[in-house]
Amino acid sequence: MKLTMNKKTKDNLITYGIVVVAFAVFQLLAVTGNLSSHMKGLLVPMTYYAVIAVALNLCVGILGELSIGHCGFMCIGAFTSAFFSKVTEESLPTAPRFILAFVIGIAFAALFGFLIGIPVLRLKGDYLAIVTLAFGEIIKNVINAFYIGVDSKGVHFSLKNAMELGMEPDGQLIVNGAMGITGTPHNSSFTVGIIVLLLALFVVQNLVNSRDGRAIMAVRDNYIAAEATGINVTRYKMMAFIISAAIAGAAGVLFSHNITTLTASSQYFGYNASIMILVYVVLGGIGNIRGSVIAACILYLLPELLRGFNTYRMLIYSIVLIVMMIYSWSPKVLEWRKRTLGNINFPWKKQRA
Amino acid sequence: MKKFSKVVSLAMASMMAVSMLAGCGAQGSGSNTFKIGAIGPLTGGAAAYGLAVCNAAELAVEEINAAGGINGYQIEYKKEDDELNAEKSVNAYNTLKDWGMQVLVGSTTSACSIAVSENTKADNMFQLTPSGSAEDCVKYDNAFRVCFSDPNQGIASAQYISDNNLATKVGIIYDSSDVYSSGIYQKFTEEAAGKNFEIVSAEAFTQDNNTDFSVQLQKAKDAGADLVFLPIYYKDASLILTQANTMGYAPTFFGVDGLDGILTVENFDVSLAEGVMLLTPFAADAKDDLTVNFVAKYQEKYGEIPNQFAADAYDAVYIIKKAMEAKNVTPDMSVSDICEALKGAMTEIEASGLTSAKMTWAANGEPNKEPKAVVIKNGAYVSAQ
Repeated sequence: MKLTMNKKTKDNLITYGIVVVAFAVFQLLAVTGNLSSHMKGLLVPMTYYAVIAVALNLCVGILGELSIGHCGFMCIGAFTSAFFSKVTEESLPTAPRFILAFVIGIAFAALFGFLIGIPVLRLKGDYLAIVTLAFGEIIKNVINAFYIGVDSKGVHFSLKNAMELGMEPDGQLIVNGAMGITGTPHNSSFTVGIIVLLLALFVVQNLVNSRDGRAIMAVRDNYIAAEATGINVTRYKMMAFIISAAIAGAAGVLFSHNITTLTASSQYFGYNASIMILVYVVLGGIGNIRGSVIAACILYLLPELLRGFNTYRMLIYSIVLIVMMIYSWSPKVLEWRKRTLGNINFPWKKQRA
Repeated sequence: MKKFSKVVSLAMASMMAVSMLAGCGAQGSGSNTFKIGAIGPLTGGAAAYGLAVCNAAELAVEEINAAGGINGYQIEYKKEDDELNAEKSVNAYNTLKDWGMQVLVGSTTSACSIAVSENTKADNMFQLTPSGSAEDCVKYDNAFRVCFSDPNQGIASAQYISDNNLATKVGIIYDSSDVYSSGIYQKFTEEAAGKNFEIVSAEAFTQDNNTDFSVQLQKAKDAGADLVFLPIYYKDASLILTQANTMGYAPTFFGVDGLDGILTVENFDVSLAEGVMLLTPFAADAKDDLTVNFVAKYQEKYGEIPNQFAADAYDAVYIIKKAMEAKNVTPDMSVSDICEALKGAMTEIEASGLTSAKMTWAANGEPNKEPKAVVIKNGAYVSAQ
């Protein structure tokens, strides 16, 4: 028992190590001026996609429930935190405001995770997937209809249009329907992103190796057996789902403070975006947290690095996706890999035994 | 699994190394050409707009190069795809920056343009968006635009309807999920207060339910609207016209520049568009030499009739040329110096192009030009009055 724990800890440390080394390498390159501005711009998105991939992996891999509405939680985190930052931009100094924005974004995402979890977690498998999908779309459409302004008299709210708010002339329109929130302060940086990623990894990996985590996995592996052994199934399902939603909310906070226009449109928070995250998780390995981080980084980078191919870019990207999926998961290919690569003596082979 | 992740991390490391080398190679190429970049959605649902902008800008650059360039220097041109995604648009901008871009024509769409302007401001790079029409696109002093802003279109439409006594009761159908459409709608409603017409119905639809408009039309009809204002894109408008015809409702339809292109919709009975009025800066079948020449060349090269996005981008490149000539800008100047020179030039020059015979700019980046109203008669645009 003690030995396996050590192995787990070692495994976790490797994951943190990879993230820290990647951070150090990129920082070094940036300081010495060897990093192109294109790469610099990609670093922050890479971190928040890695964070949400970790969140989704907790839901899909550890809890075993397929969610295809996770971008909905990201959307909630993004909008609530951007709203807060926008309102308090002048009255609070940057550092505490940004930290509070994280608290608010994460809290709201967790709250919605709880509310959605009540009906959703009564379902299983495909049904659950469909409900989460619907939820993601609802969030997006509801936010698109919001008009919120702030003036000297307080907060004004309307679901119809900006004119209905009846604001004072000095009022500031914060959420403007489909136009969303513009002018959120640009606070996200690679360092902050890496810190959030490390925290997310810390939370998830510790959860997985804890008593609660084992209970959650027991629910995943055999629902009836878990219930029979006295595990409170609803409680553990809810716990994993809420933590997953909260981490997705943190990714949303990074997202909204990285680009200045935040709109609740399909390309960021629709089901296509959610499925994109699911692709990261599946390619990285369901239940493999480190794999999610690496897959998210690679798959986000890939279409950007393929810019040289111009119009064929998206075509090549999809072909690469198919090839990668087959290479890593097709049983026949796995067998072939075992036969050919199995004979080569890799230095890390010893560790596996 | 472990092996897989090792392989993957190796692959990632090598990919990053390659990408960084690529980044280095792009720096410091010759300083005897201007480098102009363009950004737009070249793939996905909005590709028509991005392609129009990037193609037309390319055409303008080729023409200028053939005629001897700007101040005697040739122009290099490069376009990047942003997939209609603000995040990708910033990535595209950074790619162009690595390539050595000195002036940006873009982004094509509003949200992307706003996101990119945050970066151009930080780098002090001159940005001229052909078609980013939201107010915030030109929030910073280094950003200017060619098209009308959304608010201006709404205000101009309300004024035009009022000045020409086109209606007493107006119905509106707009797309609440679209920034462009809801922006115009907001300003139109504000401006309509105190005008000689009354807004009797304002119904919204979204991109998720843009196939059946009978409810919206019925409401307008029941309220007795004799003019229906459509601040939307032409694809939805063609359905609205068809459905209004089926239910026997024939008010005047009035649109803005998004309606340009309605005559090219496939399987659309063009006779239904008869009498539709629209405010647009550009009509492809105008008879002036500039338009005729542009449309012919564009059609020859890209095989389609250019729309207003193309016209805006074509003008944008010529406006940059004019501003550069006004200040004798040379390619060896730094990006920031070019920006400062062009910022000054923009408020002084008076440009003429496809979208207006006379355009001037205020320091806030807004163009000052006359809106043109056209009415569709016998399947072609004719100037109203």
